[in-house]
Amino acid sequence: MVSIWQYANPLRFMRTTDWLLPIVAWLAVAVTAVGLIWGFFFTPDDFRQGATVKIIFLHVPSALMAINAWIMMLVASLIWLIRRHHVSALAAKAAAPVGVVMTLIGLITGAVWGQPMWGTWWAGDPRLTSFLILFLFYLGYIALWAAIEDPDTAADLTAVLCLVGSVFALLSRYAAFFWSQGLHQGASLSLAPGTRVDWAYKAPLYISMTGFGLIFVALVLAGTRTEIRARRMKALVARERMA
Amino acid sequence: MMPDLGRYALEVSLAYIASLGLIGLLVLWVWLRGRAVRRALDELENDRSDNA
Repeated sequence: MVSIWQYANPLRFMRTTDWLLPIVAWLAVAVTAVGLIWGFFFTPDDFRQGATVKIIFLHVPSALMAINAWIMMLVASLIWLIRRHHVSALAAKAAAPVGVVMTLIGLITGAVWGQPMWGTWWAGDPRLTSFLILFLFYLGYIALWAAIEDPDTAADLTAVLCLVGSVFALLSRYAAFFWSQGLHQGASLSLAPGTRVDWAYKAPLYISMTGFGLIFVALVLAGTRTEIRARRMKALVARERMA
Repeated sequence: MMPDLGRYALEVSLAYIASLGLIGLLVLWVWLRGRAVRRALDELENDRSDNA
């Protein structure tokens, strides 16, 4: 029986991702291209939003990945704290730059859409504010990794920061459900019957979401491979210094 | 080929250019950093095997 824990072995992780990474990367390019080209060129204007509806094919997938990236970092951090697998700590570290870019895209596209639709670039809305705080947590997380020399100490402290920041990741997703005073609408996509988005938009949106998910996986795999090599380099240099 | 974006052409174009640009920069950074670290590690391991 194959266990996920076998990938805690850096050698096995490198061997597996050696063939897996190109497949995921090319799949990410293809799926994202299909989703965005479909969304941009072949969807009709919305009767109320006009052409700005095309921004959802960027905004929704990036915002979703911004939150999911943090949740992935949380799971990886917990694995590090409980089982002390280095690959999980390095995967969390590799996910942070991807998460921060996804958050930034979510903020930019949201503001660009909000200006013509809401009449403002920004509002003190619970969902928007918690998303901005999540962005700041990402920056803090990256800065903390960079500031601490010892990788195990850095992994410990960033894991704790990740646990704290999870509050804002969850708030970003669920704030719209329990705070009614916000400008941001509730979930447009739902598994519940009576869904509010037409399939003309939903199909390319789902494809874009899958594409962004694959981009995230590809970049995290590539980043983790780099972090494993960087860690090995540090260990070799330290060993030479001690000899 | 270009769809008619009407009076929102600037906003929609800006959103796509900024997002794709940021993703492009991120991919480039991940790739360049990966290449640099890989080269540095290879050099270090070659030096070690030469000295051994």
